[in-house]
Amino acid sequence: MIRFTVNGRQVETDLEPDTPLLWVLRDTLKLTGTKYGCGIAQCGACTVHLDGFATRSCQARIGDLDGAEVTTIESLGTPEAPGPVQRAWIEHQVAQCGYCQSGQIMAAAALLAEVPDPDDAQIDDAMSGNLCRCGTYPRIRAAVHRAAELMQEEAQ
Amino acid sequence: MSRAGTIARRTFLFGTVAIAGGVALGYYVVQHPHDNPLKPGLEPGEAALNPYVLLDGDGVTVITPRTDMGQGAHSVLAAMVAEELDLAWNAVRVSDGPPSAAYYNAKVAAETLPFAATDDGFLARNARALGGSMAKVMGLQITGGSTTVPDGFDRMRMAGAAARQMLLDAAAEMTGVPRETLTTREGHVVTEDGRRIAYGDLAELAAQVAPPDEVRLKSPREWRLLGQPMQRLDIVAKSTGTQTFGIDIDLPDMLYATVRTNPRRGGTVRGFDASAAEGMPGVERVVAVTGGAGVLADSTWRAMRAADEIVFEWGEAPYPATSALMWAQLGESFTESLRDSRFRDDGDVEATLADAGDGAVEAEYRLPHLAHAPLEPMNATARLKDGQLDIWASTQIPMYVLATAERLTGLKVADIHLHNQYAGGSFGRRLEDDFIARAIELAMAAEGRPVKMTWTREEDMSHDFPRPMALARGRGAVAQGRVAACDLSLATTSVAQSQGGRVNQPIPGPDVTIVAGAWDQPFAIPHYRVTGYRAPEMVPVSSWRSVGASGNGFVHESFLDELIHAAGADPLEERLRLCDDPLSRKVLEAVAEMSGWSGPNMGEGRGRGVAFTLSFGVSVAEIVEVRQTDTGLRIDKVFAAVEVGRVLDPVNFENQVKGGVIWGLGHAMNCELTYADGMTEQRNFDQYQGMRLYQAPLIEVRGLENGDTLRGIGEPAVPPAAPALANAIFAATGQRVRELPLNRHVNFA
Repeated sequence: MIRFTVNGRQVETDLEPDTPLLWVLRDTLKLTGTKYGCGIAQCGACTVHLDGFATRSCQARIGDLDGAEVTTIESLGTPEAPGPVQRAWIEHQVAQCGYCQSGQIMAAAALLAEVPDPDDAQIDDAMSGNLCRCGTYPRIRAAVHRAAELMQEEAQ
Repeated sequence: MSRAGTIARRTFLFGTVAIAGGVALGYYVVQHPHDNPLKPGLEPGEAALNPYVLLDGDGVTVITPRTDMGQGAHSVLAAMVAEELDLAWNAVRVSDGPPSAAYYNAKVAAETLPFAATDDGFLARNARALGGSMAKVMGLQITGGSTTVPDGFDRMRMAGAAARQMLLDAAAEMTGVPRETLTTREGHVVTEDGRRIAYGDLAELAAQVAPPDEVRLKSPREWRLLGQPMQRLDIVAKSTGTQTFGIDIDLPDMLYATVRTNPRRGGTVRGFDASAAEGMPGVERVVAVTGGAGVLADSTWRAMRAADEIVFEWGEAPYPATSALMWAQLGESFTESLRDSRFRDDGDVEATLADAGDGAVEAEYRLPHLAHAPLEPMNATARLKDGQLDIWASTQIPMYVLATAERLTGLKVADIHLHNQYAGGSFGRRLEDDFIARAIELAMAAEGRPVKMTWTREEDMSHDFPRPMALARGRGAVAQGRVAACDLSLATTSVAQSQGGRVNQPIPGPDVTIVAGAWDQPFAIPHYRVTGYRAPEMVPVSSWRSVGASGNGFVHESFLDELIHAAGADPLEERLRLCDDPLSRKVLEAVAEMSGWSGPNMGEGRGRGVAFTLSFGVSVAEIVEVRQTDTGLRIDKVFAAVEVGRVLDPVNFENQVKGGVIWGLGHAMNCELTYADGMTEQRNFDQYQGMRLYQAPLIEVRGLENGDTLRGIGEPAVPPAAPALANAIFAATGQRVRELPLNRHVNFA
């Protein structure tokens, strides 16, 4: 039995240890905010936080997760009470199709946890592993800056 | 004879067929409205005031029968209704509604007609109108061709205005006060003394009211919503991970599945051995489907892993098996017998080129096959139970999906229920229903259980219907510092023929997409000819964001740039001098002003390029600035000026234009599908990247509203991006790249 937490909730599973976390999230736990895009860590749509670090859940095997803390897009906020990064994404109307945006937001949240006020170069470094086929990159940049402001306002 | 006359006689074949059919069915059928498709499914307390306005106790649901693939179709269509119906924007609910011929797209057929968007002559106008009538008769409910806004603009506003009249009638009856004293505001009818009656409370009465004979639409000056920045209805869900896409469908007792079909497209399956796969954990069974096999399992991962273990013996590819052979086939296609169209033939190209002799300019351009690769891989969920088929999938062609389902299951259309889903991108991919057919086949083997089928990215990329590769040859001449002659020959496989073949619909006459974006450009070059050649079919191909113009824009604007350079003229000034369409001139002038244009050379390894394409009726000019760095070329800035008639939502408009620019640039930089052994050599995003965030330039967008025709903006920003980039690279480095992707010849940082 493998045990870890997802959004603070204890998860126990006896699935094969090489099962990617992505599919446990989506098919077992029904947390479908985390998306499948490539399966080879190239698109970032499946980005979650693993012990606080942005991680491609398609490459995280559950056998390596015993005792780990997993955080997904669902824990950052809800439609009624979106978190600061999500509010910035709403304010800037970043999404087009929106399929990549859970991963983008998780990558941005991890960046902002580490670098509260990132410059464009730091945003480029942190966010370039996340593909957006619709081309919302200019708004993603703007929204990360806005999220930094919102988080600082909240901290005060 | 005028050019329109020449065109009509020689190339009106497709249009002629359409018109003959329309006339045969008669004016009555064309004018008669379809039945309201909402009526059969109404629940108690619901009223369908018309096909677009559904009312219940909670208020209005706007039926937005175009697929939202990220382009914002649902929001902009809902806004048209909300504007006239005075709905509170933050309370608007939308639904795709059932597939129905009533939701025909009257504008999409116009794109297949051989008339330039700038042609407002009698023949062109009539052909467009009749094309719309045919779409109505045939019930073409299609999302595509950047037509959602122009097609919906009058219809949706009239639906809103008509529903408002009915609600006013109902409120007059309820309150007993004269109707003309009532007004509407934010989802309520308001009486003179300030009483507010929610629309939802009028549902029962309004259902009994006869629709008005005529309605008055607001003038744009009276608009409160349209023309203003508005929050997209899906933006909160898409920012919180709560938007449900097709891939997120979850049903009780659902099986998870994936399929593997012959990666040599259209090749046979000689056999397969599934014994290893069938013994794997979680696998229910392996079933044969058209072109391969599918695995039914208790999770997507287990289905995908088991599918890896099926051993297939695939048949050969029914087309040239390598890219080299495909290029050779295109090279042999510039023949009289394969000549498909010559919609433009101005002046005397041959004589001018003969006069130019050795001074003639010649160039050859190559464009690769390109995948759509929306980030949400192809998927569909289907359940066949008790003689009822339910399908959950995102499609741009709901009526075709019904026909496919009917053919596969033998059910009547009345027993087939399609629940169209938000799409995680499409870019034209969901104009094909192959993936939905596979899910239906799996459901037919699943004994009543719902089946969610998800393709791997590898299956998705290797089984796309790509943009076709193209080979183009340009010949031209310059004189006295001006472009004198331009002769373009374009060879590619036909998208229309490939699409038509899949639905047993022959496409008579020329395929306009072979030359779209090249023959129809508003330039008065004295000797100017564009010839299309229809190469023999290779891999199945389909519409890729901006279709023919996506590649032909690159050819036309690269070659025009070469000619202008040969003439020693300025790329922007010479285009302006040649441009004979006032709206397009303003676009070129605007982009020059935005960029501070002062010629292509910017010094210190920097350069800028300009390109212009008129596609889908939208004139777009783009200027790209590039810079050489130690690690390769960087795109610093892009300026885009766009004539769209009227901008209905400035926020979404800007996002669509920027997205189109990035789409065009990213694929030009590094994307191609090549073939070996009949299969694509690229199967995932490590080999097919597009642009990444660190490469994204600053993009400045200006929407112009000088024209009197409303246009759509999902596609037209794409075509000028690639040539503007190639022209900028020439300005910065002196290297003229005539082949896409550009990274075959230059490095990008």
